[in-house]
Order: sequence, then structure tokens, then C-alpha cells
Amino acid sequence: MTAVNVAMRDAFGEALLALAPDVPEMVVLDADVSTSARTAAFGQRHVSRFFNVGVAEANMLDIAAGMATCGLRPIVSTFAVFLSLKGADQVRNIICYNKLPVILAGNYGGLSDSYDGASHQSILDIAIMRAMPNLTVVVPADGVELRQALEAALRRDGPTYIRICRNPTPVLFADAPPLEIGKVRKLKSGSDLTIAVCGVPTSMAIEAADRLVQRGVSADLLEVATIKPIDAETLVISARKTGKVLTVEEHTIHGGLGSAVAEVLSQRAPTRMSMIGIEDRFTESGAYDALLHKYGISVDRIESEALRLLNPE
Amino acid sequence: MQANTHREPRAVLQEKDRKKKAAMLQVLAQEFRLTVLDILHENGTGHWGGAASAAELLVALYFHAMNVRPEEPGWPLRDRLVVSKGHASCMLYTVLAHRGYFAPAELKTFRQIDSRLQGHPCMLKTPGVDMSTGPLGHGTSVALGMALAARLLEKSYWTYVLLGDGDLNEGQTWEAIMAAAKFKPERLVALIDYNKVQLDGPSEQIMPMDPLPEKLRAFNWNVAPAVYDGHSIVEVLKSFDWVKGQRQWPAAVIYKTHKGQGVSFMEDNAQWHGAVIDDATYTKARQELLQTLQKLEELV
Repeated sequence: MTAVNVAMRDAFGEALLALAPDVPEMVVLDADVSTSARTAAFGQRHVSRFFNVGVAEANMLDIAAGMATCGLRPIVSTFAVFLSLKGADQVRNIICYNKLPVILAGNYGGLSDSYDGASHQSILDIAIMRAMPNLTVVVPADGVELRQALEAALRRDGPTYIRICRNPTPVLFADAPPLEIGKVRKLKSGSDLTIAVCGVPTSMAIEAADRLVQRGVSADLLEVATIKPIDAETLVISARKTGKVLTVEEHTIHGGLGSAVAEVLSQRAPTRMSMIGIEDRFTESGAYDALLHKYGISVDRIESEALRLLNPE
Repeated sequence: MQANTHREPRAVLQEKDRKKKAAMLQVLAQEFRLTVLDILHENGTGHWGGAASAAELLVALYFHAMNVRPEEPGWPLRDRLVVSKGHASCMLYTVLAHRGYFAPAELKTFRQIDSRLQGHPCMLKTPGVDMSTGPLGHGTSVALGMALAARLLEKSYWTYVLLGDGDLNEGQTWEAIMAAAKFKPERLVALIDYNKVQLDGPSEQIMPMDPLPEKLRAFNWNVAPAVYDGHSIVEVLKSFDWVKGQRQWPAAVIYKTHKGQGVSFMEDNAQWHGAVIDDATYTKARQELLQTLQKLEELV
């Protein structure tokens, strides 16, 4: 692990440029946020393969769908909150219904559009996207995984949703084996409890697990980058071993990673669970770190919630 | 009562005499109306109004304008059609079946369990369907994407989108209309089945779209100078001649049509958008359609 911080959106912009020569059928569409979402450099270098459709997300998604039926590999880029809400009809009825190979790049995911406030923060995109049949849902934890997810999605047949964080976050997996869609990445082995995490909070979960070791608690730490299709086998094996599962996500706890894990375990290995995420409420403006902390996504909270799960009052 | 024994529909493809071909296509459209009426009555479900409205347009597209290979539905160089008014599905399926995409006998499975012929078109199930539609407003965007792909991949296929009044209500249609005028893809053509009746009633009461040609021109589309009679094959072929002669894109043609065309008491009547056709109505409607068909056959 290195201490370097990289913004996933920057890694996204660089990956588009790097992949462009090898994947000539790749095209990029953006809805007037190309400088923010970092598709602009691709657009400047590959003018004929870039389509800025203006502030019209629904239209953008269906244009991409039409292109995909004709052999192109479109990557659709805008803020995750708009992609999942304004584009829900197009994602469901055109892209997913027809299994079209469109990549949905949901930028400014989670609370990362922090200062713009609740209207721009995307805390229910995972819930919406994972309800879509045929859609693969990936939540990378760093810029390395983001690029790997993009490369893997370009090789897949159906549509893929990839959540992208706006802000610099620790690079975790520069030297690790590449992300494999549909597979959990096991970060630590332990026997007292399972911590299942996705996205930006992954670095927090790693730190919390280290602290727990100091308290004599060993955690099975699973990074669940693919929310759908979820790696049920690995989750069930871990839950049977530890008997207690804590989920951590930068998303509402209604319908996200915690819900996905609970759907598996409640049917195959009923396990005592606790979920860290945003409660059923709207968030607010503020610094990214301050927001994550206020809404319960922090190293301290993971540590204390793990202890509470082990020692219920 | 599945009565229609169509003449060999594909014979019309070989017809070189334009006048005769138009008369044959006119008969075909009317025969397909009868088939659709039979299916909707027999199965007790489906949309008559919008299907009858689009009969001549769909027939003229698949039996005259479009370069397709029914034996190879996914042929990459084929012309594309996005039927944005997906509730015309029964007419689309009838046209596709008789064009050779699948056996006409399959039409009776329309909307039934395990059928390839879904209530609204599904491109993964029905050979010949280029895009799944049904929820209104998607078609123009999808067609724009197909036309842009043609440009990028240096292919010369045509992309048509068939729109109805309901489609024009949808905000996304106007997003696509703006974007198409920005990108100007070659050979993108919107055909507007402008019957001015939607599900709930006359468009004038639900959502007036006039002045439509002026609106489209203001959005920088190349709009045909005339509004054509969408139930006259001669007129529809004329409109296609105009389309093929254009160099400015995107292009749009507006057709004056009648919802429920062919049955006097169903025409322009929102009640027959999607109502079940009962036995008494069916008998009366069928008689009218047959009378017209006989007259049209005499003209061939």
C-alpha cells in the first residue's frame, strides 16, 4: 500500500486516453460535465468519438444504446446522481432490457460532490442500479480498481455501472492482483467477525481492522467491489466462519451493499449483522471528510461498531 | 375468425411498375389491418388505434424503402427502423412476418405467454425489431445513436424513427431533436404519424403540438415542404422520394393520419386506442375493412 492519493475521476480520464487506441469502437458521451468528470481530454484528442449532448442525460443514455446496437462500445459519463435518477427509465427499458454493452460511468459518487449538497450527492445509486436486471454494478475502491473495472467492462457483453469518486483517495491496489468482476477481494483473514466494504470506505476498513487487532479482535476483511452479481459463495463461507458481519458503504443502508449482503446471508447463512452507511435521510454541504464523519462513515465508527457487534449490550 | 389468406406479399418487391406497386402496397396495408383486427379481437388485447394509423407507413417502409434481409435480421448494413410508438406492435409484427422475418402463423401468439411477440416490441425476442420500445420518448435518441454510429463506422445505412403524438409529448424527444440538429447525422429520418389523437383524447385537448412543422424547423430540422396523406401509398412513396433527394440532415416528414384508420366508428376516436374489441364491434369493423379491401383490389 502506498500513501499516494489519486482521484478516481482523474484515473478515469487517463484510462479513457490509454484505452482509446486499443479499443477503436469505444466512444464517450458526456452531458455537459466533461471537465468535471474528466472526459474532456478524450474529447479533445478523439473529436469524432466524443459526444457532448448538453444537459440531457436521458437522451445521452439512449443515444449510447442506439450506438451499441450498431457495434460501438459507448461509455456514458455524468454525475452518478443524475445517471441513476434522470436516466433510470433509459437504463432499465433500453440498455438493460436489451443487454446492450453500454458502460455507465457514475461520477461524483457517494458524498464526494460534498460542497454541492444533498441534491448532488449520490447515495442511492447502488440501490437503483442493482435493481436493474442484466446490469453489473461495480464500486471500485481506488483509481487502480477503477481503471481495471473499466477495462473489464469493455470486454463484457452486457451493461456495467461503475461508480467513480470525485476526490483524491488513497491508492490501495497498485501492486495487487487486478480486480475481477464478480469476485470478492480478501484483504485480511480473521475469525471474530467479517467486515464487508465497498468503495472509498475500504481504506477506512483496513485501518479499523488493524486497530481491532490491537484489541485482540481479528476481522475477515472482504472488499466487495462487485455489488452485482455478488460473490455469494465467499460471503457465505466467511459468515459461517465468523458468525458476525459488519457492512460498510458510502450509500444509504436501504438497498446498498448491506442489503445485498443481507439478501444472501438471510437465506443461506443467517448471521447477526450490522450496517454502516447513511441513514434514511438527506445529507448536506460540507468538506468531504467532515461529511463522511458526520454521517457515520469513519475508522472510529467501524471500530466501535465492530466491537458492539462482538459484545452486544 | 382468422380469415386472411394474403396474396404472396413479397411479390410486390419484384414489381417494377410504380403505379401498380403502389396499388399492391395499398391492398397489403388493408389486408394487414384485417389481420391485426383479427388478432386483437381473438386475443382480447392490444392497441388498434395506433396500429391502424401506421399501416401504410410500415408497409411502405418494409416493402419499398428499406434495404433489409429478413433471412439475416442482424445484417450490419441493413437500414434501421425504430418504432418509437411501440404500441403499434401488432402492425409491426404483421408487416415483419409477411416480409419474411418469421412465419405469419406465429402472429396469433401476440401477447400470450411464452410468445416472441411481446405486448410492446422486444428486439431480443422478435426477429426484425431493431429496438425495444413502448415507453414513449426513447425512439429519436436511439435512432440518433444508430445514425451517428453509421457515420463513425463509415456505413451508409438509413435510420428511420416512427413517431406518434404521444412521443412528441415526451421531453426526451425534444432533447433528441436538439441533439440531432447539433450532430446532423446523414440519413436520419423522422416519420411522424400525426393522427392528433392520443390515449386520453384529442391532442388539442391533451397536449397540442401545432404548429409542428414550424417547431421542427425552428429546431433546425430539414422538414418536408408538404404534409403527406399517411394513408395513401402514392403519397407516402412521394414523401420517400423527397427524403432520398435530401442532403441536409436530420430530415422529418409529417403525415396526416387517422387513429384507427379504416373503421369509420373507430377513426379519430381515443376510445379505440387500446380497448378490447368485442364480438359485435369486431363483426361491424371487419365488414367495413373488407368492403374497402375489395375496392382496393379492383384497382390493382
